[in-house]
Amino acid sequence: MAFKLEARGASSRRWVYGAPVLAVLLTLVFGGILFALLGFEPLAALYTFFISPLNSAYGVAELLVKAAPLALCAVGLALGFRGNVWNIGAEGQLTMGAVTGGGVALALGDSGAGWWVLPLVMMAGMAGGMLWGMIPAWLKTRFHASEILVSLMLTYVADLFLSMMVHGPWRDPDGYGFPQSPMFGDAATLPILWAGTRLHLGVLLALLAVAVGWFVIARTFIGFQIKVMGLTPVAGGYAGFSHKRIIWMSFLLSGALAGLAGVCEVAGPIGQLQPVISPGYGFTAIIVAFLGRLHPVGILLASLLMALSYLGGEAVQISMRLPLAVTGVFQGMLLFFLLACDVLIRYRLRWLSSVREAG
Amino acid sequence: MVLEPSSSLSPPVAPPPRLELRAIDKRFPGCHANRAVSLTLQAGEIHALLGENGAGKSTLVKIVYGIQRADSGTILWDGQPVRIHSPAEARRLGIGMVFQHFSLFDSLTVVENIALGIGWKKPLAELASRVEEISRRYGLPLDPLRTVHDLSVGERQRVEICRCLLQDPRLIIMDEPTSVLTPQEVTVLFSTLRLLRDEGRTILYISHKLEEIRALCSAATVLRAGQVVSQCDPRQETAQSLAQMMIGAELKAVQRTQASCVGEDRLVVDGLHLSPSQPFGITLDGVSLTVRAGEIVGIAGVAGNGQNELLAALSGEQLSPRAEAVRIDGQPVGLLGARARRDLGMAFVPEERLGRGAVPDLSLADNALLSGYGRQALVRRGLIHFGLVNAYADRIIDMFSVITHGRRAEARSLSGGNLQKFIIGREILQKPGLLVCAQPTWGVDAGAAAAIHQALIGLREQGAAVLVVSQDLDELFTIADRIAVICQGRLSETHPVHETTVEQVGMLMGGLFETPEQPEGVHTHGL
Repeated sequence: MAFKLEARGASSRRWVYGAPVLAVLLTLVFGGILFALLGFEPLAALYTFFISPLNSAYGVAELLVKAAPLALCAVGLALGFRGNVWNIGAEGQLTMGAVTGGGVALALGDSGAGWWVLPLVMMAGMAGGMLWGMIPAWLKTRFHASEILVSLMLTYVADLFLSMMVHGPWRDPDGYGFPQSPMFGDAATLPILWAGTRLHLGVLLALLAVAVGWFVIARTFIGFQIKVMGLTPVAGGYAGFSHKRIIWMSFLLSGALAGLAGVCEVAGPIGQLQPVISPGYGFTAIIVAFLGRLHPVGILLASLLMALSYLGGEAVQISMRLPLAVTGVFQGMLLFFLLACDVLIRYRLRWLSSVREAG
Repeated sequence: MVLEPSSSLSPPVAPPPRLELRAIDKRFPGCHANRAVSLTLQAGEIHALLGENGAGKSTLVKIVYGIQRADSGTILWDGQPVRIHSPAEARRLGIGMVFQHFSLFDSLTVVENIALGIGWKKPLAELASRVEEISRRYGLPLDPLRTVHDLSVGERQRVEICRCLLQDPRLIIMDEPTSVLTPQEVTVLFSTLRLLRDEGRTILYISHKLEEIRALCSAATVLRAGQVVSQCDPRQETAQSLAQMMIGAELKAVQRTQASCVGEDRLVVDGLHLSPSQPFGITLDGVSLTVRAGEIVGIAGVAGNGQNELLAALSGEQLSPRAEAVRIDGQPVGLLGARARRDLGMAFVPEERLGRGAVPDLSLADNALLSGYGRQALVRRGLIHFGLVNAYADRIIDMFSVITHGRRAEARSLSGGNLQKFIIGREILQKPGLLVCAQPTWGVDAGAAAAIHQALIGLREQGAAVLVVSQDLDELFTIADRIAVICQGRLSETHPVHETTVEQVGMLMGGLFETPEQPEGVHTHGL
C-alpha cells in the first residue's frame, strides 16, 4: 500500500480536532497489542487500565485530584507555547511552589488559625513558582540563553532543594528520621469537598485557572500579543509588541500556575513536604497542553485523560503486576501518535494507485 | 566550445517553430493555473509572456523548464514531441533560464559559482577565460575572480546570464529581468538580448512592464487567469491596449493635484549612521531626509542598497544610535520602539505583506487590531473591544474595496493586491500624520495599484506627510512630489519630480552621487 502526503491548501479544521481523537484510538490499539505481547488478554487489560479506575466514586474523585495539577500546569504552559516561549520546567516551578507554600504553612504551624492562612499559603506557592520561572525569563531576555535548557535544568535544582529542606531543617523531629516535614496545620490544608474522598478545593482552583486561561487567550490584548508572537514574530515586531514582555509574561503566568499546582498538592492530598511530591505532573502537562490543542477547554479534557493514565498504571500494577512504567509508555505513545496525526492537519493522504501519472 | 552561431541557429528555411506548446493544462489544489495554453516560439524572436500576478506565467515557464509537469498537453521542440522531466533535461535540449531570484553563493567568486552551477570539472582558469570571452562578446562586463558578495544586483544578474549562455542555449527564458535594474542597466541588457536574438536564439521574456515589451519584443502572448487571451505584436499596440488585455478592464488613470500647501516638517532624518544588524546587511551612511506635511517623497533605488535597513530604522523595529537621528514632528524618536512611534502619529506599510504587515493565519479583524490597537482605541484596560475591532475591519474592507468574503477571512486567503489594499487602508484610516510605505504596489495587479496610488495621494491632500520607498520608477514619477535615491546605504539629495528625469535618477541609482546635476552628464553611461 503506497501513499504520499499531499499539501492541503489550508489547514483542515476537522483534523485539528480529529487528530487527538485518532491519536487516542491508535494508543488504545497499540496498547492492546502491547498487553497481548506481554501475555494478557488485551481487552481485559485495557478495561483494567481505562475503565476499572472509574468504577467507584472514590476513583472518580481521584481522577479529578490527579487532573487538577495537570490542568493548572498545562494552562500556563499553553499560554507560553502559543507565543513560542518554551517553558519545559513546570515540574521545577511546581516543586518550588510546594517548597515556598509549604514553608509558609510550616512556619505558621498550628499557631495561625485564621481564614487568611490558606490564601497566604497559596500565594506563597504561586510566588515560588513565579520566582523559579523568572530565572529562565531573565537569562533568556538578558543573554539569549535557551529557555528550554535553563527551565529544564532548574527542575533538578528545585528537586534537590526540596530534598535538602526535608532532609535538613524541615525534617519532622517526631518522624522517626524519615525525610519529611510535619503535617501542615488544619488552617493551612485545603478543605475536602466530597467526604470520603480526597477531592479538595484545588480542583476548583484548577477549573478557575482554565476559565481565566480562556479569558486571557480570547479576550485580552496580552493574549492577542502572545498569539501574534507565536504565529509570526516579525509581524509582532512590526506592530510594536515587545518580545521580552511576552517572554516575561509567559514565564510569570506559567510559573505562578505551576507553583499553585505544587502548593495544592502539599496542602491537599499529601499534607506535608516529602522528597518527591509529583509523579511528573509538570512534564506530563506538556503532553496535556498539546493534546488539548493549547486551548483551555481542550486542556481540561486532556488533563482528565492523562490523569486516567496515572490511575490506569496503578490499577494494572496492582491487579496484573505490571511495572508502573506502563503509565509512561501510554503517555509516550499518546504524544507520539498525536504528533504523527497532526501531519493530517496540513497534509492529506493520497493512495498512489489513484494518482494518474502525467507528463 | 565557442559560441559560434551554428547552422542550426541561423534563420530557419522551412521552419518548424523552436518551441510549441499545445493545450497545456495544469491544476493546483484550489487553482487552475493553466487552461489549455498554446504558445509558439519561432527561432530568433523575443517573445513576451505578459500577464498580471497569478495569471499563470510562472507555472507555464516552470513546465517548459522541467520544474513542474503539466497535467495534460504537448510540448514540441523543433517540431518533435518531448517530455521535459527536469531542468537538467531542459538544459540538454538547449533551454536556459535566468531566474528573477538569483541562486548564487555570496562567499564564492563568480567563476566558482558558475563552475558549481554547470558542473564544471576542468581547471577553473579555463572557465574564467571563457567567462571573460562571453562577457566581452555580449556586453556583460564581469570580473570572474570577484566575490559575489561584492557585486551589485545588476552584476549578479550578469553572472546568471553568463552561466546560462555557457551552455549555448537556443531558448532563453528570462523572468522579470529588469525589476532589479537601473534604467541604464536595462539599456545594456536590452542590447545584449538583441545580440542574442540576432544569433538566432529565441528569448521568452516575462514581464508586466508594458513599455519595455513594446520596445523589445516582436510578439506577445497575454495570459489572464490561466488562459491565453491574446496573441499580438506589441509594437502595433499601445501600453494602454496591452494593459487592457492583461487586466480585462479599462484602467483608471491616477488623478493628481499639485501640492497645494506644503506644511511643517513631519519626519526628519538627520545624519543617521547605522551598522547592519545582520551579516551582509548594508550600513546606513549619514542618511538625511525631510518629509513635510502635504507632500509625497519617494526613495528610489535598486533592491538591497539599504532600503530595508532604513525602513527598519524609521519604523522603530531597529533603534538608532542617537535619539535625534530620527524626529517625528520635532520630537526625537531614535530610541523609541515601534509602538511609541505609532502613538506619535506614524503609520507604516512594510514591504512584506504576509508575515510582517499581516499575520497569515489570523482573520482580517485580528489583523486590523494588529496595528490599529493604539490610535483606534481598540483596547480598553487590557481587554480587546471586539465590537470596535469588527467595525474597524469592516470599514477598511468597505472603503478600500477589499475583495474578500468578510472580516473573518484569514489574511493568507487574500490575493496580494487585496491584502495590500487592506494593509494600506488599515494604516490610512488611522489618520496618520506620517505614513512610511515600502513598495506599495510591488506584485500588485494594475487595478489595485491605481487604487493604492489614489489612496496615497488622497492622504497627502489631507495634509499628511508620505514617504514611499519603491524600486518602481514609474510609480515614483506618478505619485511623488520629490524624489531621492538610495545607493550603498547613502541617500542622495531630494529633487522635485518635475525638475528631474528617469535618466538622472537612474544615474543616481548606479551610485554616481558626486556628479553635479548637469543634463550633459546623462549620456556618459550606457545611453
